[in-house]
Amino acid sequence: MRMTFMVARRLLHAFLLILAVLVLNFLLIHLAPGDPADVIAGEMGGATEEMLADIRKNYGLDKPVYVQLGLYLGRALQGDLGQSFFYNAPVLDLVAGRAGATILLVTTALLFAILVGTLLGVLASHKPKGIVSGLVTLISVIGYSAPIFWTGMMLVILFAWVYPIFPIANMYDITKGGGIFSRMIDILYHLVLPAVTLGIVYLAQYARLTRASMLEILGSDYIRTARAKGVAEIKVYGHHALRNAILPVVTIAGLQFGSIISGAVLVETVFSWPGLGTLAFDAILARDYPTILGILFFSSVLVIVANLITDFIYRLVDPRIRKEG
Amino acid sequence: MRKLGFMVAATAMLMTVGTAAIGQADEPKNGGTLVIGTTQKARHLNPAVQSGIATAMPGTQIFATPLRFNDKWEAQPYLAESWSVSDDGKSITLKLRENAKFHDGKPITSEDVAFSLQTVKENHPFKSMFAPVTGVDTPDPLTAVINFDKPHPAAFLAMSSALLPIIPKHVYGDGQDPKSHPANNAPVGSGPFKFVEFKPGEYIILEKNPDYFIEGRPYLDRIIIKNYKDPTSVALAMDTEEINMYPFLAPTKDIARLKKNDKLVVTDRGYEAVGPINWLAFNTQNEYLKDKKVRQAIAYAMDRDFVINALLAGQSKAATGPIVPGSPFYADNAEKYDVDLDKANAMLDEAGFARGDGDMRFKLTIDYIPGSAELQKGVAEYLKSQLKKVGIDVELRASPDFPTWAKRVGGHDFDMSMDIVFNWGDPVIGVHRTYLCDNIKKGVIWSNTQSYCNEEVDKLLNEAGSELNQEKRIALYKEAQEIIVDDAPLVYINVLPYHTAYNKQIGNPPLTIWGAMSPLDEVYIK
Repeated sequence: MRMTFMVARRLLHAFLLILAVLVLNFLLIHLAPGDPADVIAGEMGGATEEMLADIRKNYGLDKPVYVQLGLYLGRALQGDLGQSFFYNAPVLDLVAGRAGATILLVTTALLFAILVGTLLGVLASHKPKGIVSGLVTLISVIGYSAPIFWTGMMLVILFAWVYPIFPIANMYDITKGGGIFSRMIDILYHLVLPAVTLGIVYLAQYARLTRASMLEILGSDYIRTARAKGVAEIKVYGHHALRNAILPVVTIAGLQFGSIISGAVLVETVFSWPGLGTLAFDAILARDYPTILGILFFSSVLVIVANLITDFIYRLVDPRIRKEG
Repeated sequence: MRKLGFMVAATAMLMTVGTAAIGQADEPKNGGTLVIGTTQKARHLNPAVQSGIATAMPGTQIFATPLRFNDKWEAQPYLAESWSVSDDGKSITLKLRENAKFHDGKPITSEDVAFSLQTVKENHPFKSMFAPVTGVDTPDPLTAVINFDKPHPAAFLAMSSALLPIIPKHVYGDGQDPKSHPANNAPVGSGPFKFVEFKPGEYIILEKNPDYFIEGRPYLDRIIIKNYKDPTSVALAMDTEEINMYPFLAPTKDIARLKKNDKLVVTDRGYEAVGPINWLAFNTQNEYLKDKKVRQAIAYAMDRDFVINALLAGQSKAATGPIVPGSPFYADNAEKYDVDLDKANAMLDEAGFARGDGDMRFKLTIDYIPGSAELQKGVAEYLKSQLKKVGIDVELRASPDFPTWAKRVGGHDFDMSMDIVFNWGDPVIGVHRTYLCDNIKKGVIWSNTQSYCNEEVDKLLNEAGSELNQEKRIALYKEAQEIIVDDAPLVYINVLPYHTAYNKQIGNPPLTIWGAMSPLDEVYIK
């Protein structure tokens, strides 16, 4: 009963949050100067007064903003995110068509960052003043301080000119045939650079976090006791220390999901990765209000879901929370 | 019926006059995929209701038009195997091919031509293309008679490239708005390539139309148009052979770099009809700029050679008037405004604007289209420093995005603005709009935003627009251009450095006046 109440409360919070996101985004976008009809006219190579009026009428831009907002919310609550101003397609179709690519990129980057970052953190904690630790610190500093788009562009230059072994754009090679399996391999091949670029910032953070956490835990009494009892060193690290040291990483990873999605916008743009990021980039330039709102709506849902999943994982790895219910 | 000298038997003509058969040495081969890279993202694929390169490139492959043009500005048979103009010039009769079918197998009839023309007239942004059309008669399924309220020679170019795609009435005639018709994303046409897949912002896949009305064509099996985020990415894709053609290549550093690649050919041919001009526009209502002498002085202050050779690395051609060099209507007689700072200073003195505080005469702003740093912002910055030399204090006014710039310039809220405007083949389509007095329309971008009005120019342009005799027409346009250039509502700077880069494995590259915006049915992979 208590659990059901908690879930219901969380869902209500999530709903209100999404509603607030929709309203705020709608108002912010409409505050920006400029008229989407001009963009459509620009794409057309010009337009007459009648055509501009026609465009505004067709897209409801001739109505007052509060009427547009009301109509938009009414439709959105029924699952209709409207028609893209730029593309001749429903926003839902556009977002659904791109969401998979973004989810794949973000989850791969996150997994890469957590796995490699944690591993590097553990290695660095083994000998805090050793070479490995120094290297991890160096990688962390570079990874953390370099802007994501700069890292991406450096990788593009490296792999386009110096070592052309990884593709630098798109999600797969459309000119290649083959079955589903070869297409999947091709996608993974194309995923390497964008995922590494996006993941490296977070990898740096997780490595530092794990290192600090591990150093603290390795100095604690129960680790000393375990070692005194003759527990193998690998078990001390893996079973006793890391299990506790990873908790901050899980917390941070969950909280950072939103920033990873925003980082994906830059990475997708640099690597022409056909996800929501590139769609958002194009939509912003085109003042494609419904598409921008649709993407923001979807990404806020993603962040909220990710936070819920983080809570769940936290329960799995931390018995104290599990017991508290 | 007065023949215009180009009533032609289709088959013989098409077999002998290649629209792109330039420098053709090898026998064309069947098969292969042409992969085109572009930054232009298509909203949809129906050029009947949408102008622009992004829709035109796939649109000209999917939809056939009544006519097509070669590289000498000569109309060629396409869906219409012959055509004639009435003695009074007020009607054009098209004779359609017997064997032409849409991709769904239905035959193309004169009803489809009439329907398509009406759709274009009502929905296409280039209203002047078919404004004088009063109706289309369809005496039989293969004859369409287009009637005009006055002679309208611009109709020939307006019936080519992506400007009059013949769309199927049985698909688009269902009462839905053609601008948002679902078929625009999966069109049924009659061109050399059929629609396969369209992923907005990503790619378009087209495949060979086996029932194409020109026997033996197209040679290619597929065309893929891939979208890239920026020109550098497309240029990189050319280097890595991920794509084999890059039309509308404009950044001069990429042009120079790709020219050094032995596997590629980089040419500036194929953009004669598009006619893209980079210019500086004046708001002639401005208190200083309303004086012709001030406008001319600014024109004399600009060193066009410096812009072309230093800023644009010599990859662009000079624009000296409203119509691009390369068009039969280009005026080489107009004033070129070669740089002369002494003359510019003298003219400003003469206009009564003496130097005052800080050695400046007055202050003006320059707007520019964002996102085109090299052609717009770069030139605007150069003009700022150059105009300082003649005592004009210039402030650059940046716009965060295109709508902001369009709102300012369309709303006549500017002093001077850099701009890029296309000729679109016939002057009636892309040139008149900038100069006619009745096209001063506040709020409409690429109308006469300069508020320029000269009745003599109006008269000459309107007369030229209805003149069927080509020589007389050219003379009228030359006269109009001479006056316009003298009035200086704009400073013409350069023709956009559009180039096409293609792999040497490509045979019969698209080098007609419409370039990549023409059917690629003759292109092959060697």
